[in-house]
Amino acid sequence: MKPTLTRLLAALAFTVAALPALAEEVVVYSARNEQLIKPLFDAYSRETGVLVKFITDKEGPLMARLKAEGKNTPADMLLTVDAGNLWQASEEGLLRPIRSQTLQANVPAHLRDPDNEWFGLSVRARTIVYNTAKVKPAELSTYEDLASPKWKGRLCLRTSKKVYNQSLVAMMITEYGEGKTEDMVRGWVGNLATAPFPDDTKAMEAVAAGQCDVTLVNTYYFGRLMEKSPNLPLAIFWPNQNLKNKAAGVHVNISGAGVTRHAKNPAGAQKLIEWLSSDKAQNLFADVNLEYPVNPKVSPDKTVAAWGGFKQNLINVKEAGSLQTKAVKLMDRAGYK
Amino acid sequence: MLFALAVAALVLVPVAVTFSSFARVEGDILAHLTEFVLPELVGNTLWLVFGVAIGVGVLGVSLAWLTAMCEFPGRRLFDWALLLPLALPAYVTAFVAIGLLDFTGPLQTWLRESWGLTGLPEIRSRGGVILVMSLALYPYVYLIAKNAFATQGAIALEAAQSLGLSRTQGFFRVALPMARPWIAAGMMLALMETLADFGTMAIFNYDTFTTAIYKAWYSLFSLPAAAQLASILILFVLVAVVFEQRSRTRMRYGAVGRGAASRRIKLSPALAGLALLYAGAVLAAAFLIPITQLALWTRDVIAADLDARYWAFAWHSVLLAGMGALMVVAVALLLAYAGRQRPDSAMMWTQRLATLGYAFPGAVLAVGLFIPVAALDNWLIDTGRAWFGFDGSEILKGTLLVMLLAYLVRFLAVGFGPIDSGLHRISRNIDEAAKNLGTGAAGLLTRVHLPMLRASLLTAATLTFVDIMKEMPITLMTRPFGWDTLAVRVFEMTSEGEWERAALPSLAIVIAGIIPIILMTWRGAHSHG
Repeated sequence: MKPTLTRLLAALAFTVAALPALAEEVVVYSARNEQLIKPLFDAYSRETGVLVKFITDKEGPLMARLKAEGKNTPADMLLTVDAGNLWQASEEGLLRPIRSQTLQANVPAHLRDPDNEWFGLSVRARTIVYNTAKVKPAELSTYEDLASPKWKGRLCLRTSKKVYNQSLVAMMITEYGEGKTEDMVRGWVGNLATAPFPDDTKAMEAVAAGQCDVTLVNTYYFGRLMEKSPNLPLAIFWPNQNLKNKAAGVHVNISGAGVTRHAKNPAGAQKLIEWLSSDKAQNLFADVNLEYPVNPKVSPDKTVAAWGGFKQNLINVKEAGSLQTKAVKLMDRAGYK
Repeated sequence: MLFALAVAALVLVPVAVTFSSFARVEGDILAHLTEFVLPELVGNTLWLVFGVAIGVGVLGVSLAWLTAMCEFPGRRLFDWALLLPLALPAYVTAFVAIGLLDFTGPLQTWLRESWGLTGLPEIRSRGGVILVMSLALYPYVYLIAKNAFATQGAIALEAAQSLGLSRTQGFFRVALPMARPWIAAGMMLALMETLADFGTMAIFNYDTFTTAIYKAWYSLFSLPAAAQLASILILFVLVAVVFEQRSRTRMRYGAVGRGAASRRIKLSPALAGLALLYAGAVLAAAFLIPITQLALWTRDVIAADLDARYWAFAWHSVLLAGMGALMVVAVALLLAYAGRQRPDSAMMWTQRLATLGYAFPGAVLAVGLFIPVAALDNWLIDTGRAWFGFDGSEILKGTLLVMLLAYLVRFLAVGFGPIDSGLHRISRNIDEAAKNLGTGAAGLLTRVHLPMLRASLLTAATLTFVDIMKEMPITLMTRPFGWDTLAVRVFEMTSEGEWERAALPSLAIVIAGIIPIILMTWRGAHSHG
């Protein structure tokens, strides 16, 4: 039984082994979902004739994979849905700096790596969503304020295990330091109406049902939920608009990409990233998931635009990565599950 | 024996990679976890294991006894239908349970708005996790215990009654203890899966040892710390397995006979009604309600999401699960058989080590396998380049071989459990008789044991098939380009919280998983006569 099995598997191995492709090819490791990237890659292929091959997985396994494969990796480009992981990839030496006038022009400075190893391609804004029947917008002001006693039993949060909350707390650390930020997070935890939720949608549903009054979510989850159930008593509030310190502005994270250190086709990968940041691709990239284009010349989808404009926080998103470990530990200490 | 060692060595590769993480101890991360995270989640994990053990034990054994030994309306339907939750990934049951029973769900909303009632027990709680995991995993115990009761229950009970014991006493003092190795095998599978589970725990936001492993890796960016925690988990499982094995080897089991069909216990109308109600409630909670919810969600998204590629996804899933199941069953059979030929402690250890993969958190196992494979691949590529001018970036990694080996490492326990307990049930007297008639070891296996093991082999193949269909992290990490499966589709949708859209691939997984379950029951019924 054993030799036959081995032979069968060996035969399989050889038939399935990839044959070298003739057309130019860019290979992407992506933590951004297939349904969000495939339309773009298809459009790029149609326009340029370049074939884009990709594999999706979570960031952790993708980076472990790049590391294990070393100089023989097939990947030319790494695409993730948050800055922390791009920062980590860069720390681990998995990316290479790229010089590109196009990217410098298309991507605002706080949404790309100062060392040019990665670039934001869409903006994910984390904001306050409230129950319109129970909260007046005038009661709301900042993320920090959600720690005040007036929100006791009125706050719902998603779990601290999600990177979006980690990067939000990381941003707070840059302004307030760990001690004050920890107090703030403790305040949040003390105000919780119920245990943290596994995702933003569930948290918003709880707000709509009156289990609590306010929560923190990424705007595209709000857009998705309202598209499905337009009558929910929910609205967006843009926090931290009037602050003057470093914590001013709505917390943003990015979906972004970089060229791998051992890319076989670095020029092709760079061209693809440049194309993704361009006017024509930006709407496709952001709109498919109701995110904000990173390129300031491109206006967002009209559903998204209807939520109104807001000031972004201008701290470089790489801090989300460099301070993530601190943020996670701080949230553990504060008992934020 | 050599073969068994080779298999164990294969499983030890990721174990060794995981343990090698101790070469670089990240003191501050471990210190942080030890101080703020571990105390609570060790307690959480122990409660979970304890609760799920009781849950799957009670559900699995009672339902197995009812369908194997008693007669009540709908028994023939329940006999196979109670297995169906196997095809449903636990995180789906979890998501549906929370969706229906949480504050925002229809039940509480209705109670609140129509009756002003609040204060229902919180589903997002320890009790909720235990309930959902028990509902999702009881079929492991049910399936294996049912086979045991079906073959020896009636005679055990008769013997007990002839000694003057009541039926209840007979169950607790004779039939149940006799079925213990099988019940334990099923419980072991359920508990290993519980320990390794990440998806369900994430939905409940219930922190276990495994969630801390992922926290160390994904949030604290420390794969070494994650691997160190995983090593501790594996050691814990190994100790538990050995402990269980020790207490088991003191007993000897031989088959008593077979066939209970004609001697089923006729339940009184009241008891039969209760049995029907009970089995019906379990089936509804564990399968019918979740599948209905999936079907409703699917209806909303099917027009937009179902495209021609789904045939390829389904084909990949079925093909991989089929090949994987065949491989697992073949290897598990040889491993179990080696144990029968040489029942010493070295062999027992080999078997235990070889089946540890099931307790690994999936993604950690995937990395533990990927790192050595990539290293081997790099060596092959460099050698190929130096000698033959080979130009490429993957040799082994681009093939299904790595994937199938990873499935083997992960799911060997699932195949091994039923086969090993099936082998135990074949009396050694039969071996002696066959040997006296001049049958060699190979002949004994093919001509005597295989026919007697048919039900066990079928069970092993089905369990493995269904598990591979549902498997996510290994499939994600080791699939060659273009080899997306149904489980990969589920990942694409759920990773951005699009649960409703994930219903379509989930439902496809369930349907593809139901087919072998029905086939197994049908074949099983016929082979029992």
